[in-house]
Amino acid sequence: MSPWLWIVVALVVVIGVLYLSMTAGRLDRLHKRVDTSLLSLHSHLLRRSASTLELSTSGALDPASSVLLADVAHRAQQASQDQPADQWRSVESELTAALLATLDDPDEVAEVSSEQPGAALLADLADRCQRVALSRRFHNDAVQSTRRQRARPIVRIFRLAGRTPLPVTWEMDDTVPSGLQSGNAPFRGLAH
Amino acid sequence: MVCPYDWGTPGGVRSHVQGLATTLQSRGHEVSVLTPVEDESCLPDWAVPGGKPITVSYNGSVAGLSFGVRATRRVRRWIRDGEFDVLHVHEPLAPSLSILSCWSARGPIIGTWHSSLDRSRILSAGYSIAQTAMEKISASIAVSEDARRTLVTHVGGDAVLIPNGVRTADFRVATRSTNPDVPTLLFLGRLDEPRKGLDVLVAALPQILTAIPTARILIAGPGDTAEHLAGVPAAIRDRIEIVGSVTDEGRRDIFARSDVYVAPHIGGESFGIVLIEAMAAGTPVLASDLPAFRRVLQDGRSGVLFPTGDAPMLAKSAVDVLSDAPRRAELAAAGLIRAQAFDWERIVDDVLAVYDSVRLPDSRVAEDLTGQLVGRLRTWRSS
Repeated sequence: MSPWLWIVVALVVVIGVLYLSMTAGRLDRLHKRVDTSLLSLHSHLLRRSASTLELSTSGALDPASSVLLADVAHRAQQASQDQPADQWRSVESELTAALLATLDDPDEVAEVSSEQPGAALLADLADRCQRVALSRRFHNDAVQSTRRQRARPIVRIFRLAGRTPLPVTWEMDDTVPSGLQSGNAPFRGLAH
Repeated sequence: MVCPYDWGTPGGVRSHVQGLATTLQSRGHEVSVLTPVEDESCLPDWAVPGGKPITVSYNGSVAGLSFGVRATRRVRRWIRDGEFDVLHVHEPLAPSLSILSCWSARGPIIGTWHSSLDRSRILSAGYSIAQTAMEKISASIAVSEDARRTLVTHVGGDAVLIPNGVRTADFRVATRSTNPDVPTLLFLGRLDEPRKGLDVLVAALPQILTAIPTARILIAGPGDTAEHLAGVPAAIRDRIEIVGSVTDEGRRDIFARSDVYVAPHIGGESFGIVLIEAMAAGTPVLASDLPAFRRVLQDGRSGVLFPTGDAPMLAKSAVDVLSDAPRRAELAAAGLIRAQAFDWERIVDDVLAVYDSVRLPDSRVAEDLTGQLVGRLRTWRSS
């Protein structure tokens, strides 16, 4: 073999290794983004259930709604501590359903928020619901970008993802009850 | 916050950054804006110069961008010294401070997409470099449905829709200075950008002035008019007043002097913030029926639309509105109400919700050196 061929082979190997290390670096960054967005989503879910509990124990709502919300909010807090993610997700969806059932009527919500402490608590809960929906969206976006990268043959063949488990999207219902939606008509991102 | 375009040149992205920054500050947040700037004396004290702008053509218009080794160094120093809670990058794909700061930082990064890019540009060689920067963005905001569609279909990823804001109070006009004997039509925008449609307006002038000989046309905005007005007869030329560049305060005054603001854009526009400014000033709007404009004007309920690029129809609608004072009053009233929906005071709540949803209590924006290396290698690889 001529020395030139060796040089070419060496170059190809060097470039190949650089490319692999770069791709691994990219994956690593994506995995970090998934981790942080998941942490953020978790903290927003916890705040949402805490805010729901506070509302339900404040006496601002009628007793039936209060009991319904308190029950599911409490279960959501429990699930966050000792249940697998699947279970927790489904309880959080139940919480959303309960919020939809109790706070979907704008007129009724307007009545509750016409006096304190209802107004402040509802405003807080509205914020929490909105942030859950946003952070879930951003988390799923990160997960999908990561999964796209991990599906690439080069990543699979060279096992560039290491032992990091394949991230999964966080599927739950996070509809913001229409009674809690801000009057901001242009903000339709969440309606998507 | 990072603005990719020259601070000294008025433009949609620049006004957006300014409006968002000042509203956030009025809510008690600390804001630092990094931007290319030619003359550092025009910067407010919360903005940091990111380097001299270099004028290049980008995405169908002419823009002052900053790039290169020195700009990169400034971006990194700004990120290192700033210790920001969130980094908000505007137009993340713009080959300027925006893409540089995505490369140089890690932590909670928010990207706002302003313009719609065409597919060929996104699939071009540059895009593979940009991918790395893109992947670091933790949350994307699109200012319009068009910008969002670009992102979702071509780039991949999701975005929430938060429209542009306007500080409507800055445009509120106490007394209008229009003259009923001289119906005035206003054009406002960069003259050297074909997509702003000045040529469509010029083509419509003979017809307008035949119907209303006393009409006056104000042409405001940076750029040279000579080229556009070359073939215009002197009689028409006499009815045109060239205003030149206008400052932010000057915009309100010029709206106050105008009976109708015309936006004859022929494309590339994904939002139309000037339309909202005109409405906030109580000036009726006449605009081409680009999808973005239709949405802002609610399909013609808060302004008048004409077919894009159609000079005879522009002339006809302009004559209709200029000669009908009650209709103008109606349009002005509808416009004032519509503009409120885009006030920064409302919009900023939504932006803060996005910041909140990606921030962790103990996380901060930090310098990311690996991104630099990868970025350099990729530039080298695709050159």
